[in-house]
Amino acid sequence: MDITLKRKTRKNTVIPGFSLTLGYTMLYLSIIVILPLSMIFFNTLSMSWNDFYETITHPRVIASYKVSFGTALIAGAINVVFGTVIAWVLVRYHFPGKRIIDGLVDLPFALPTAVAGIALTTLYAPNGWIGQFFPFKIAFTPLGIIIALTFIGLPFVVRTVQPVLQNISKEIEEASASLGATQFQTFRKVIFPQLFPAIITGFSLAFARSLGEFGSVVFIAGNMPMETEITPLIIMTKLEQYDYVGATAIATVMLVTSFFLLFLINFIQWFSNRKFNRN
Amino acid sequence: MIAPLKINKETSMSMSHSSTKSYSLQESAITKWTLIIISLLFLLLFLILPLLSIFVMAFEKGWETYIASITEPDALSAIKLTLIVAIIVVPLNAIFGLVAAWAITKFSFKGKNFLITLIDLPFAISPVIAGLIFILLFGAGGYFGEWLLQHNLKIVFALPGIVLATLFVTFPFIVRELIPLMQMQGITEEEASISLGASGLKTFLLVTLPNIKWGLLYGVILCNARAMGEFGAVSVVSGHIRGMTNTMPLHIEILYNEYQFTAAFAVASLMSILAIVTIIIKNLIEWKAKNV
Amino acid sequence: MSIQIQQVSKSFGTFHALNDISIDIESGELIALLGPSGSGKTTLLRILAGLESLDEGVIRFDGQNITNVHPKERQVGFVFQHYALFRHMTVFDNVAYGLKVRPRKTRPPKAEITKKVNELLSLVKLENLANRYPSQLSGGQRQRVALARALAVEPKVLLLDEPFGALDAKVRKELRRWLRKLHNEFHVTSIFVTHDQEEALDVANRIIVMNNGKIEQIGSPEEVYEHPKNPFVYNFLGNVNLFKGRLHNGKLTQGQLEVNVESLHGSYEEAVGYVRPHEIHIEKVQVDNETVGAKIVHIHVVGPIVQIELRREDTGEYLEAEITKEHYKKLIVNKGDVVFIRPKQLKVFIPEDFSI
Repeated sequence: MDITLKRKTRKNTVIPGFSLTLGYTMLYLSIIVILPLSMIFFNTLSMSWNDFYETITHPRVIASYKVSFGTALIAGAINVVFGTVIAWVLVRYHFPGKRIIDGLVDLPFALPTAVAGIALTTLYAPNGWIGQFFPFKIAFTPLGIIIALTFIGLPFVVRTVQPVLQNISKEIEEASASLGATQFQTFRKVIFPQLFPAIITGFSLAFARSLGEFGSVVFIAGNMPMETEITPLIIMTKLEQYDYVGATAIATVMLVTSFFLLFLINFIQWFSNRKFNRN
Repeated sequence: MIAPLKINKETSMSMSHSSTKSYSLQESAITKWTLIIISLLFLLLFLILPLLSIFVMAFEKGWETYIASITEPDALSAIKLTLIVAIIVVPLNAIFGLVAAWAITKFSFKGKNFLITLIDLPFAISPVIAGLIFILLFGAGGYFGEWLLQHNLKIVFALPGIVLATLFVTFPFIVRELIPLMQMQGITEEEASISLGASGLKTFLLVTLPNIKWGLLYGVILCNARAMGEFGAVSVVSGHIRGMTNTMPLHIEILYNEYQFTAAFAVASLMSILAIVTIIIKNLIEWKAKNV
Repeated sequence: MSIQIQQVSKSFGTFHALNDISIDIESGELIALLGPSGSGKTTLLRILAGLESLDEGVIRFDGQNITNVHPKERQVGFVFQHYALFRHMTVFDNVAYGLKVRPRKTRPPKAEITKKVNELLSLVKLENLANRYPSQLSGGQRQRVALARALAVEPKVLLLDEPFGALDAKVRKELRRWLRKLHNEFHVTSIFVTHDQEEALDVANRIIVMNNGKIEQIGSPEEVYEHPKNPFVYNFLGNVNLFKGRLHNGKLTQGQLEVNVESLHGSYEEAVGYVRPHEIHIEKVQVDNETVGAKIVHIHVVGPIVQIELRREDTGEYLEAEITKEHYKKLIVNKGDVVFIRPKQLKVFIPEDFSI
């Protein structure tokens, strides 16, 4: 009796440490992530609906949603195009310096966002190395935010598309060619459909990161209310004015959006795995 | 039966001439180089020039100014604080990563996928919010604020707050590298070790750990880079007290906002070197893992 | 469609994959390209499909030079070793692919494509799985989809690269029989690559044995099995016992064994006699010098055939003999017994035969 019970709880494995490791995992996760995060919702619940609604729909806040969403969307789209091209080039071609380029793609992951922020601002400022060649302002406009978010999001697209592209076997393309398809048909009908879930996943990851990004954007944005003020900056400003309640309300909106995105990403991955990779 | 056809040398010569490759299964050279040039231009504008500009700006006023910028007391204390934070945060998250990956990959239990999603959460959350939640908990008006004040303990606007916010932000980095790796390796080796009489800890140290050491190191350097470079979350909880609660990224921000560009880029160049080293180590590990 | 392969050579860097290969294949043949890995058989198949370019030589389909024709215009059906199915397409869409990608002028109308695909699916007995994805199929089913996909474009030539390599023994046997049946119905010229001699002997009506980028022998299954042209073919097709000895005056001598070899005259210090296990006769008493004593090491009964492993008393070499169960029952031998073995058909090769 005793033995069968024990076997059941241990799921028939001889490997020890289940309760210890799972217990520690839950404890640490609760202290560092769950408990602090739940504060947002507790604090929001203590607000009245009217206060909450008014805070999150204040014109300046609404404008910040538009800036954040719009720029993240455009940057994501840019990265989908160029990230896919870069992944393609890195997987399929050989050219001098390829290894260095491949490594460099990770720079936005490794470089502190504040450093990226000041570097991009200096480059794209009206008198900067790149900015001087443009007749219009890039830094301190929404364009600048898009530049920073493109920088931040690039590796997400490249690094999700790259392995998928690598795993598309040469045989598949040969099969397509021997069945009479042109090169363009092979790309459109065979390669692209297999890349598509990865491209969407990469886009979502970059987009989610861009929505919350602060360090690289805050320098280049110019932070003009109603024009180039991103949502995380509004939270920051409210905190500096000790308006914790207002900050929390807006944070709730951002969190719900993030959770939704996370759910969407998992769903896409689950869906594409289910469809093509059974067994 | 058909005998192999014999052709005289002359025709065979002319044939070999005509058989130069006239079609290709790969894209044409024009497509290839167009795509390569587009990629390189894009990377030049978005990655290479920004990286280059940091060093150019840092050395704009010469070597001496550079050295002075990174050795002035506030800069040194920022470097020290950044290192302290990383030294505390990285091992804590490494231990968590190993423990959680063990629980998740060596056993099957209900709600595993949900647990993984929870672990991923900090990836999806704005760093500003990551800072905010600790203010809500430990700040002056927070849940524990009163109690902390009475006991004269400081979390927010002090080292513990910075550590907590950094822990939160870098939470998934190591465990996320370990889970797929350990999943792939399965449990047969551990079972073999246990059946040969080794204890759980011995099994972990002698069997599991050697198999995942590169993955662990990979996670550790990524976690370290983010821990040292975190800006948003730390910015919220630090209070920007010069020489006290300023990490390197915050120090860069202050210098930049005070128009001390050269000094800002000098400190930034240190962090860029860290980033480059991180990328190099990452590639070495990838190369190593592939060639083992 | 008939195929002429004329003096084809191909190198990858310094590796000569194919060395001056010439083969004529008649319309409607079912050919096996047999050889060990690295023998060039897959390279040759890929060159026929146009997936690989050649360095020298000419390929003709029905007399027409197609050496520089793109694979998509060769009307060749290629079945890949690992099937290469499009995993994001259903079974139906996989089979329909070759028809759907045709230029608008030659593309059949939708209804016709549907009809054609359904016909092919019922031919490969997969009509019920049309809407499944490749990942939901077993290995044998995937192989059949790959075959149906290749047949959909009505190829003039069907090329199969190790078609049964990745399947388990039972499915493999079934598919072999089925491929032969299919070939009998369609009469499309078919070439398949294999390293499995049994497969080649079982399915093909002509076998091309390849090694090191060269052709060792071309012939019907009986020919290559019964009359191997050289030591390589002997070794590669079926088990064989070696008798390494001295050849003098039409006699091969090794240890206490002396065998008459009529076909070869002259003297050679190093000649090798080849004998298949079923061509070794076992006798209980010694009648002449053409037998040699050997101790039975192991007896293995597999259905109607009995495999006997022996150790020669004079040289200590191991031999394998195969006798029928009937014969075995009459013989009454046991493990440990010393018997006398007689090589009934000894094919002797002299050093020059090896140096090709």
